[in-house]
This record gives sequence, C-alpha cells and structure tokens, in this order.
Amino acid sequence: MNAEVTPIKTAAETALAQAFAQARDRLPGDDAVAARRDAAFGVFAKEGLPHRRVEEWKYTDLRALMRDAKPLAAPPDAAAIAHAKSAGALLGDVETRRLVFVDGAFVPAISDLTGLEAGLTVGSLAQALAGGQPALAAHLGTLAPADNVAVALNTALMGDGAVIRVAAGSTVERPLHLLFVASEKPAASFVRSLIVVERGARAMVIESHEGPPGSDYQVNAAVELFVGDDAHVDHVKLIGEGAEALHVSTLAAAVGSRARFNSFSFVAGGAVVRNQLFLNFDGEGTVAAIRGASLLKRRQHADTTLVANHIAAGCQSREVFKTVLDDEAHGVFQGRIIVRRHAQKTDGKMMTQALLLSERAEADNKPELEIFADDVQCGHGATAGALDDDLKFYLMARGIPAAEAEALLIQAFLGEAIEGIEHAGLREALLDQVAAWLKARAK
Amino acid sequence: MALLEVNDLHVEIDGKEILKGLNLAVNAGEVHAIMGPNGSGKSTLAYVLAGRADYTPTAGEVLFNGKNLFDMAPDERAAAGLFLAFQYPLEIPGVATMTFLRTALNAQRKKRGEAELSTPEFIKRVRELSGRLGIDQDMLRRAVNVGFSGGEKKRNEILQMALLEPRLAVLDETDSGLDIDALKIVADGVNNLRSPQRSFVVITHYQRLLSYIVPDIVHVLSGGRIVKTGGKELALELEARGYAEYQEEAAA
Repeated sequence: MNAEVTPIKTAAETALAQAFAQARDRLPGDDAVAARRDAAFGVFAKEGLPHRRVEEWKYTDLRALMRDAKPLAAPPDAAAIAHAKSAGALLGDVETRRLVFVDGAFVPAISDLTGLEAGLTVGSLAQALAGGQPALAAHLGTLAPADNVAVALNTALMGDGAVIRVAAGSTVERPLHLLFVASEKPAASFVRSLIVVERGARAMVIESHEGPPGSDYQVNAAVELFVGDDAHVDHVKLIGEGAEALHVSTLAAAVGSRARFNSFSFVAGGAVVRNQLFLNFDGEGTVAAIRGASLLKRRQHADTTLVANHIAAGCQSREVFKTVLDDEAHGVFQGRIIVRRHAQKTDGKMMTQALLLSERAEADNKPELEIFADDVQCGHGATAGALDDDLKFYLMARGIPAAEAEALLIQAFLGEAIEGIEHAGLREALLDQVAAWLKARAK
Repeated sequence: MALLEVNDLHVEIDGKEILKGLNLAVNAGEVHAIMGPNGSGKSTLAYVLAGRADYTPTAGEVLFNGKNLFDMAPDERAAAGLFLAFQYPLEIPGVATMTFLRTALNAQRKKRGEAELSTPEFIKRVRELSGRLGIDQDMLRRAVNVGFSGGEKKRNEILQMALLEPRLAVLDETDSGLDIDALKIVADGVNNLRSPQRSFVVITHYQRLLSYIVPDIVHVLSGGRIVKTGGKELALELEARGYAEYQEEAAA
C-alpha cells in the first residue's frame, strides 16, 4: 500500500527545512523544548505549506503566495536598533510601555522596563527558554493549535518574544506595547509570546508590526494569551507591515469565567497577511467583543481567520469585521462560532462586511456556525458591496466633492468596528490611520 | 438675466424620455411653484438640476447664474448655490449629523474661496437655526436621518438649506408626509430665507403648502412640459378642478 506522503517540493519548503536543520541546535531551550520543536517541524514536514485544497487555507494558498523562505534573521545591528527607536507611529500619542523587538529579537536597551507596576512581570522568551522556566513550560504551546502549519512553524523556529505575567488582582494602567519592527534586510522572524493575565487582573496589550516598504521580509508571530477568571483584557493587533512583507500571525486565547475580553485587529500593511484568532471561552459568564478593520489596496491579500469556541455556558461574544478593498486587493474573512454541548445560553453574533471600491477587488466571506447545544442564541451575517451611489449623490448634492464623500462613507462603514474600542487615544489613532489611508487614496 | 434658465430640456431615464422640452425661467427673489400629476416629471426636473447620474439630458440647456449647469458636478452646483431638498432624504448610518453639516458647509466655502467656519462659530450657527426649526440637540448628535421620523427628516433638509444659504432652493415635495404643524415649521423655515437675492422652486402635488409658502408664479407640469403658467390663484384653481384637463392636453 502507498503511504500518504506529501513530498517537500517548493523552494520555500526546501528553504524552511534547511533553515530548521541549520538553526535547530542553536535555537533557545532545553531538550524538552528541542523535542517540541522537532515534533512541530514534523507537522510541517508532513503537510508542507498549506494550499487551496486544505479547507482552512482555501483562499490563502500559502504554497503559491510564498515564493521563497527568507533566512532566519540575524541579531539586529546597531543601525537597525537605532532605526527602531522611531517606530510605533501607528499608535499616535497613546502612552504605552514599549517592548521593542527588532527582527524578532527583544531589545531591552530601547524598551521601557523601568518602574514596572506592581504585579507585572516582563521578560523575553529567549531568556525564559534558555533558563528553563517551569511556569513557561506549563503554558507554552498549550493554546495554539499544534496542527495548524503556521503555528507549527512558529513553534519549531521560535527565537524570541515576550513573556508577560500580570499577577492576580493587579491592574496595569499603561497599555503594554509589543512593538515588532523589521529592519532593512529581508529576513524571516519567528516570534512567540506568552501572556498570562491572572484572576481579576486588568491589562491592555497592543502588538504592532511594521517594517520597511521595499523589503520582502517575513514575519510569523504567535501569541498565547491566558485570561483568568474575572480578568479584563484588551488585546489589539496592528498589522502595518511594509508593502512587500509576508505576515502570518496567530492569537490563541483561553478566557476564564466572568471575564471581559476585547480583541481588535487592524490590517493596513503587508503584501500577504494571514491573521488567525483562536479563542476558547472556557469559563461561564464572559463577555467578549472581537472586532477588526482591514484597509487593502493594490494587490494586497489579507485573510482573517477566526474561531470562537464556546466551551462553557452563558458567554456572550460579538464579532464584527469590516474590510475595505481598493484596486486589485483580495480580502478573506473566515469566521466560525462553535458552541459546544455544555455551552448552553451562549449568545454569539458575528457580522462581516466588505466594501469594494474597485471592480477588480475580491472579497471572500465565510461565516460558519457549529452548534452542539440546544439553548443558544447565535447568528451571523455577511455582506459585500460597493459604495451606495445614492448616498454619495446626497453628500455631493450638499457640496461635498466626490473623493471626500467617498471618504466619509468609508469612515462610516469602518466606524462600527473602530468606535467600539474603549481606549479613546487608541480609537483616535486608528481613525487617524484610516484618514491617512483615505487621503493617500484620493491622490 | 434669470437666475435659472431652462431651455427646451429633454431628459431620459433608462432610455425613456421623461422631460420633453421643458422651459422655465426663475428670476432672483422669485418663488415658483411647480404642480402636476404623478409621473409628470416633477422629481425628474429636481434631480436633473441637482445632477443625479442616471438622469440623462439629451437636448436643451440649463443655465444657472449664466453658467451651463451640465458642465458642473453635483458638488460644484451646490457650491455655486443650488440646493435640492430631497423628497426622500437619505439615512447615512455612521455619519454624525454635525459632521455632515460641517463637512458640507466647509466644502462649499472652500470651493468659493472663503475661510472655513471655526468650530464655535459653526456650532452657534447650527444651534440657532435648529432651534428655530424645532430640531433638538440630540437629533444633531445622531447619524444623518437615522431613526428620524418623516417630519424630522424634512426639517433636517430645511436646516441644511438654512445653513448652506443657497441662491436657488428646489424643494421636491417637501410637504409630503408632514402633518399641519410640521408643515408650518417647514414653511416658516422657507419664508425666513426669502430674500430679493434668493429664489425657490417649490415642487408639490397639493395646493396646501402654497397657502404657507405663497408663490409668485405657478406652473403646471404635465407630460414632461410646462403646460400652463399663472399667478398664485392657479394653485387654488387646480385644487378645485384637478389635473384632468392638463393631462388630456399633454396627451393630445
């Protein structure tokens, strides 16, 4: 009988195998970590890069989109670090505690590690792995789906990342900002962060990703986030990568009882983006708002894939994702709400909307509900359409020029997702980003 | 020279001719009423003046203040002083009424080479005008026309007109769906704006509105043409006798 074998064949797949073989012995971690890396790489070696015949990757054929694999990034040099000091403009004036990663490596020298609030612990993954921290071993890799090839590659090749703990009952006032910057040299970085917000604690975590516009660098970033019972966590991801970049990122979260959890994804950069969110509602009575806004132009391809997994009873989740597409951009939204057998009284509603500004743009919306409980309120909606000509005419009839009228309508379209952000400064910063995108479009 | 001059205007929608040689001249300071049966082309005239895309002029011309209106985009017409109060004002979810008013006013001022109004000045103006029209502050904070009643939408149109101070306002069945109190408020709003420099074209199906906004000239539009023109007494005559004779005339 023939065994099912997918031979490694594309240039990117070959390069990834070589990179792993070369880096394996110097990647941080003890034997147990090394064994975990091997197992994860085994998943990739077996599956290869995901392609259109794999349902979860149907619209984002990574095998076709990833023409090569860049070499693993070298530690950043002084110039790259100096350059990274001015990064983070995406956030405007929002006061944050910055943790800066250049080409995937934590740079304490330009990070803000002084005066940590009581209960806040911040460290780097590379150090934690090298030090063999038992707490880390207990959490790392327990949330991110091991059979997801992007996650598997991240686990195999993770070099650094943030390790954050917010102790039970403490409140971290200043948002934590994980600022990932790519330097000029096209390379690949694999970052993995672990964030544990314990019972009753409160924190806001912002991850932002940026890099030079002309470099085809590659980023694979994963965050495992534990939200304890009664905790309140706001998570924000800003994907503002350079125009040629390939970005794959994953948020895997486990949310406890009576928690409040908000996550917002903003995608404006990158040539190819895959933004994955895997959320488990493990405890009862949690309220979650999962939102996103994507602004795509030229030939950008951005995929948001979301799984909201209601395991415990009585949780409420609201998912709202909006995508604006211009030129030949391609937007993908795959959202699935799963309600497990014991998750009675689940209240889950998902809405995804695409606004197409060009006839050549493409939007694929795939909302799904999988319900195994019998007493739930769940629903989803999906729309895709062009700007409303009648509304545009109404605005123009009041003297508003065409470009400005379109901008107003686009802002209104995105508003529903962005206005829900509680942090006023961040909300303003994102609205400014939208305004800047619209201004560039009008030129 | 008339402020608005419509000469032998023919307009098609989807290949079907709706206006078939319409002539109209409105001088500065005049209020013209255009009455007519359903389907006579009243709203088509309103939309084609404002510049709606699917209304295609196939012959004739419209001069506004001496300039060819069809050379101008809808926003340019508005900035030049043309205002259309919509029969069915649109709801714009996500755009706050104040943002909308301010963007419109400043866009027009900018195009005319005037300075933008400062925020306090703008708010003061809007408060003053909205107070007179019985529009409360809560309505202004909401998205444009979203959740507004029919009467509130019409009052909002008049507020926009009062704020934008056009040279020529075309009111397309502004009376439809209004009760008598709302009708009076709207009529007062219009009457307050009457001046020797400003003209109005009031399109209506019924005479009722014209008891409050008293026109200088009344036209009967039927079958895509003006078939009769007279003084304000013509409106009363139409109310008493109906449009039947004009429909026959247009068909003949």
